[in-house]
Amino acid sequence: MSLLQCRVDGIGLLGPGLPGWEASLACLAGRASWARGEISAPPPGLLPPTERRRTGLPVRLALAVAAEATAAEPDRAGLETVFASGNGDGAIVGGILEALHDPAGIAISPTAFHNSVHNAPSGYWHIAVGSTAPSVSLGGHDGSFAAGLLVAATAVATRRRPVLFCAYDVPMAPPLDRVRPTGCAFAAALLLRPMGAAGNLLALRYVAAPAEATPAADALDLLAAENPAARALPLLRALAIRREAALQLPLDESAHLALELAPC
Amino acid sequence: MPEPAPLWPLALGACSAVTAMGAGLAPLRAALHERRTGLRPCTLEGMPEDIWIGRVPGLEAVAIPAALAGFACRNNRLAELALGTDGFATAVQAARERHGAERIAVVLGTSTAGIEETEQAWRRREPAGGALPTDFDYARTQDLQALPRYVRARLGLRGPAIAVSTACTSGARAMMEAAALIAAGVVDAAVAGGVDTLCRMTLHGFAALELLSRGGPTRPCAVDRDGISIGEGAGLVLLQRPAEAPPGAPLLLGAGASSDGHHMSSPHPEGLGAVTAMRAALDAAGLAPDAIDYVNLHGTGTRANDAMEDRAVHHLFQDRVPCSSTKAWTGHTLGASGAIETLISALCLEDGLVPGCLGAASTDPDFRSAVARDNRDLPGMRRVLSNSFGFGGSNCALLIGGPA
Repeated sequence: MSLLQCRVDGIGLLGPGLPGWEASLACLAGRASWARGEISAPPPGLLPPTERRRTGLPVRLALAVAAEATAAEPDRAGLETVFASGNGDGAIVGGILEALHDPAGIAISPTAFHNSVHNAPSGYWHIAVGSTAPSVSLGGHDGSFAAGLLVAATAVATRRRPVLFCAYDVPMAPPLDRVRPTGCAFAAALLLRPMGAAGNLLALRYVAAPAEATPAADALDLLAAENPAARALPLLRALAIRREAALQLPLDESAHLALELAPC
Repeated sequence: MPEPAPLWPLALGACSAVTAMGAGLAPLRAALHERRTGLRPCTLEGMPEDIWIGRVPGLEAVAIPAALAGFACRNNRLAELALGTDGFATAVQAARERHGAERIAVVLGTSTAGIEETEQAWRRREPAGGALPTDFDYARTQDLQALPRYVRARLGLRGPAIAVSTACTSGARAMMEAAALIAAGVVDAAVAGGVDTLCRMTLHGFAALELLSRGGPTRPCAVDRDGISIGEGAGLVLLQRPAEAPPGAPLLLGAGASSDGHHMSSPHPEGLGAVTAMRAALDAAGLAPDAIDYVNLHGTGTRANDAMEDRAVHHLFQDRVPCSSTKAWTGHTLGASGAIETLISALCLEDGLVPGCLGAASTDPDFRSAVARDNRDLPGMRRVLSNSFGFGGSNCALLIGGPA
């Protein structure tokens, strides 16, 4: 297939022991050691208080990394967005499933139901920044970061406009956590711009073959396997080191994205 | 970097619909002409009281091939039924031979995928500890990706499999993303659309929001409308470049999307997001509002949606273009509705039919757009705009045209 090309401009990150892109640079570049820590995802200050109170962890994570990636962007409201998450909001879905089977009678919270839609983080982001720009939300199971990156880069290439791409995932609530294990919460966002803009050059290609298996070399590689959004880590580490890199991001067991990164 | 290929138009090289009227476009078409609803009183267990639903007849009996048995759930049965209908799988086979399996994407929208399977599994949890049964296959049923994975495997395709989930715009938005993948050269064709199934989560969720019509079928645009009747269904298209599609295939002339940026479940009162999406679809196709012959409304039958949409449609088209909702035939099929209504729009184009809002004895006198109450022949119909709006403030409009 033809190559999709874009520039990676702003970056946002929140993961265990990774409290933001800027704050994690040394660790991602290998200049400091990584230690797992608690994730702090405060209620999003960009939202009006009534909306802020209704947000759960997935929305808070997604909005935090989206805000960090676009911190230098003067026109956040003008950005198209792509959100990707394998699990969505497992706590809300689990809570609704529990309520549906309550022997005392079914009482579902209206707020929980409208927050259960997979595009809830997108909805909150566009409310937060007052944006009427288009937005799409994707699933993708373990390959959701790669799927979102493919769709976002396609949008940049075809519409020639910057696109904010945000991937997030949090562990499911019991008992779903046992059939869908997710080791930690994680979110990453990239502000992608069309060619012509400044920034790291990212070229990507869809390949209808499995990604080559690479054994985990360190603790961050192991972390990457814990959460669909954490599969951004190899790309984030290459961006942090500021070195040319060729990477394979699995989409599923039969396909991957071949990435080439040229920092500038 | 080379200039990207123009996005539009693309052809609907094959179409398949499964609705409450049954499997295939033919029963849907007949019902539209005869003004026969597919909605029935809900007899499923454990559902809200006194509601009507659009249930696909015979769905429980649809077999999933043994090699893909792990995918067995109501939503994938619905997809399976759609693949076997209207010659769809055969048409994809021909496209696969032409382009190669890795050059065809599968981009499908769904709001709840196979969560109905999880609801059943939940009832069988271990009494001690509450563990789900070991035969419950999360990844191939409840996970959103289960739908495009199943369809890709069933069709023997190897292109990207993308799950779009933007609430009730999912099916329409999937077509828009599929079109972009073709324009960017990632693939040459795409199976796109939406599939969504009746489940307790959806029905009780809409009941909690007090948005379900009670005591009868939904009455979109009626003065006495009182809410939604939920339906299930599938709408699939094979998107191709027009020169590579069968002659006479309807066209997707353009698409537009927007966000409300207003509220999670209430539409912007003036329909700002809806206007933006419709205008973007017109711009994408390079057309003025006057070029549109009929608007297939999102028209859910709620007080708020239909009033907002009337204002939005009036803003762009005044009272010059007939518009109507077809949800009183199919029910609101959520993540499939945008795809199913694309196919309804194509049928209307082919037959020169404006299907008047079913069940609306009197349309809302406050509405200023040209809401059609009765069926009307409109020979020479060339272009239809189809609207979809969803929770989270997601809006999408598709523009469907007759063959070039």
